[in-house]
Amino acid sequence: MLNKRHAKPSPPLSDVALQWLIAALGFTVLPHLGHLPVWAGILVFGVAAWRGWIIGNPRMKLPGRWLRISLTLLVVLAVLLSFKTLFGREAGVALLAAMMAMKLLEARTHRDGLVLLLLGYFLVMSNLLYSQSPLMAIYLFGVVIVLLAAQIMVRRQHVALPTRGALRLSLRLSLQALPVMLILFVLFPRIPGPLWGLPKDAHSGLTGLDDKMTPGAISQLIASPEVAFRVRFAGPVPPANQLYWRGPVLWRYDGTSWTRSLDLPRQRFPYTVQGKSIDYTVVLQPHGNRWLFALELPYSLPPDSGLTTAFEMLRRNPVNELMRYPVRSYPHYQTGDLEPVWRWRALQLPPGNPRARALALEWRATQAEPAGVVRTALAYIREQDFFYTLEPPAELVEHNIDHFLFDTRRGFCEHFASSFVFLMRAAGIPARVVTGYQGGEINTLGGYFIVRQSDAHAWAEVWLQGQGWIRVDPTAAVSPARIEGGIQAAIDPVSLPFMARRGVSWLHELALSWDTLNTLWNEWVLAYGPDLQREFLSGLGFGPIDGWGMTIGMIVALGLLIALFAAAHLLSRRAAADPAVRLYERFCARLARRGLMRQAHEGPLDFTARAALRYPQWAAQLRRIGQLYASLRYGRALPDAAALRQFRQSIGAFKG
Amino acid sequence: MFPAVLSMRRRIDQWTRRRHPPQRQTARLERQRIYILPTGFGYVFGLMLGIMFLWAINYNNSLSFALTFLLAAVALVAMRRTHDNLLHLCISPGKADAVFVGQEARFTFHLEHSDSQKRYGIALQSRQGDPCFTDVPVGSGGSLILTIQATQRGWLQAGRLRVLTRFPLDLFQAWSWVEFEQACLVYPRPQGSLPLPLAASRMQGAGGGETGVGSEDFAGLRPYRPGDAPRHVAWKAAARRGELLVKRFTDQARSELWLDWDLLASADIETRLSQLCLWVLKAEGEQLNYGLHLPGVVVPPARGEGHRRQCLETLALYGLPKDG
Repeated sequence: MLNKRHAKPSPPLSDVALQWLIAALGFTVLPHLGHLPVWAGILVFGVAAWRGWIIGNPRMKLPGRWLRISLTLLVVLAVLLSFKTLFGREAGVALLAAMMAMKLLEARTHRDGLVLLLLGYFLVMSNLLYSQSPLMAIYLFGVVIVLLAAQIMVRRQHVALPTRGALRLSLRLSLQALPVMLILFVLFPRIPGPLWGLPKDAHSGLTGLDDKMTPGAISQLIASPEVAFRVRFAGPVPPANQLYWRGPVLWRYDGTSWTRSLDLPRQRFPYTVQGKSIDYTVVLQPHGNRWLFALELPYSLPPDSGLTTAFEMLRRNPVNELMRYPVRSYPHYQTGDLEPVWRWRALQLPPGNPRARALALEWRATQAEPAGVVRTALAYIREQDFFYTLEPPAELVEHNIDHFLFDTRRGFCEHFASSFVFLMRAAGIPARVVTGYQGGEINTLGGYFIVRQSDAHAWAEVWLQGQGWIRVDPTAAVSPARIEGGIQAAIDPVSLPFMARRGVSWLHELALSWDTLNTLWNEWVLAYGPDLQREFLSGLGFGPIDGWGMTIGMIVALGLLIALFAAAHLLSRRAAADPAVRLYERFCARLARRGLMRQAHEGPLDFTARAALRYPQWAAQLRRIGQLYASLRYGRALPDAAALRQFRQSIGAFKG
Repeated sequence: MFPAVLSMRRRIDQWTRRRHPPQRQTARLERQRIYILPTGFGYVFGLMLGIMFLWAINYNNSLSFALTFLLAAVALVAMRRTHDNLLHLCISPGKADAVFVGQEARFTFHLEHSDSQKRYGIALQSRQGDPCFTDVPVGSGGSLILTIQATQRGWLQAGRLRVLTRFPLDLFQAWSWVEFEQACLVYPRPQGSLPLPLAASRMQGAGGGETGVGSEDFAGLRPYRPGDAPRHVAWKAAARRGELLVKRFTDQARSELWLDWDLLASADIETRLSQLCLWVLKAEGEQLNYGLHLPGVVVPPARGEGHRRQCLETLALYGLPKDG
């Protein structure tokens, strides 16, 4: 039985269905053109165009088996050569698109059509790995509608459904599906991913701070207008000099770059806090690393995260998707003692830079206590002719701190922070470099705060006996405007990317409105994961809710939706029915109770004639009812109220 | 197959038969009688949704969840749509013209509904055959012809038919069962090697064999066949044409050809009926007056379409129980 079914050849794919498939698949690959290798784009669209052209030319033959096999091998080889692998996001998408093209090349049966449809749905999904913007969502929804229409058409060998009908039907199905999708989206219990290892390039192309600060790293970041994260404050926005968003803390210096030390997160806070708290919610763009940003210093932790010795918030998994978390920070804090191992790390220095060391030792000798050294260093930076610029002169490989402090004196926040920490350590004061963001821009329309990559910043932290770690920002000493007014106040805005310049034009305002829309989308759609789901559902008044609760809720909601649909359907059907039909049906039901059933094939004239034979006493009445109904329903003239009234009267008069 | 499976099948069969008794007239598909299950492609689609869901979890990609849920919701909506495509569909049997064994019986069915929209992709499927698809327009409805190979004489019924649809997305198949009392008469296979018997070979209540069978009105010539009486050979014409010709007479009153069961020596009933069937066709083709004589059944000699049908019907139903 099964064998027989397999032996049966699949029916041929109709031309119209193939045209629709080609169109739909073209739409799915279109957004990929930006990152597919050129050959893959040419292959996919070339094959699609050729296959579409061939539909009109029945004399053209599809390529034979051996040609197809060798082409497929060639394509796999090309992917291998382009990406050096067959796995991963980039190679996977290229392979998927190329295989789709190969399948199109041999598509002739119904079954080929179904395979192409499945490939199409996967290609739609692959687009979401690159962009999840609202525009992309709308575009892909349209593509899904075309794919569904193609799916209807693939079965077309059986049905003569017109093309426009198929499109209208698929649109209808999709729109009817939207409420169900919404329920599933909100209530389907989410599992935190990933379930298994992701390919290395799964989230490539993300920008953000690194766990290493090489010279020029931050000034490169500043050139990017991309949003790092957005913040909603529960209260008023804190003053600019408190807006230090703490990121990776760098301890190790090797003479050129600073790196983070591996530090395991823990759950308790190694400091005490005082004063008023700042409560806010961060919507963090994916940056591919584990740290989360918070104002100094945070006193609450997002789920699945901990705090390191350096007070960095670290998540268990890298932030590869949009993440939303609430935080409470205290700008006034008191950190405790410094353990010897950390103290040792905070004093570590590579050899070199003799002039800087000498200066630091001199300060140490003249000042009674470490706090005095810090003050002296800041005064030194402020009073000497240091200059804040995005384009510092070229660096030396050796003694570059000396070079900066005594020769060029032109630099960016990373130079100031790096040199300052060097001086402190040389003077015997534990110090470290803190990277993160400083400042941000308020979006009054959306009522939130935007922090961009161009707000990236580096500052210093020193440890003083009795005070603990305290923040020292040497950049504030050389360029107070950078801290108070942001990067665009400190340097010539022309050298900044457009969106990083503030308050320039109505275009900027427009861009901010668009950003508001994006923010809502990000916060409520893209960041909707296990955490937000729990938060949202308990916010609705369900209290704490678990997976089972959600499942039950989902089923109840779906049931309600179905009931609603059914009710609407019934009502509309009742309203839509012709009153004449209803009267006639009542008349037939009356006769049926007497034992005279109307057959489905019987028209009103035939049926009433038969009834008249059976009940001669009412023959005239019955015939009249039949004639009236026939003229009302099938007559050439449009039925008017008078005819309907007449019909109603004759039915009412019939006492059978 | 295992006996348990077989008996299970039989039980399911009996159950469906109880739920869907044979009907004389129109069958209307009601909600309780419509079943629905995913098609093969439907299962593959479900598998695809599963993979997409895992993908969405793994990449923590919110819109991938949305896409997966959208496609799942579309499948749900399409399921209802598939079900509604059958709901309240009326199927009435049409006529089925008689055929001979070895031919295909053609059963006509009329499909109708009272919706305001055309219904697409509705099929009828007999137990052995492939589904036969059609669209059912608004108003007049549509008709479908189902062909079934006739292998046995007697009444042939289309049997239990599956009404099915996979419209619109081919993800689900909704079906119901209908069975009608409508039947198609199957005549025996016209087959045999014997020529038509001599017209006079058997007579009822007549005297001399030769005179009785059409000897008065000369109607033409036909080639000689073994068994023809030498008296009827047209010797003159035969000499002219170089072959033996026999005179034909159309004396209706007396030229009666009896197609007699007893003329046949074969032991097998079906072989005999096949031969008789062939004779009936030949005799009608030659416009002879013929009668049929079977044990217990006599069809008096006559000719014409009605007579032919009566003879064939007699042959088709010979020896079969009345209710067929």
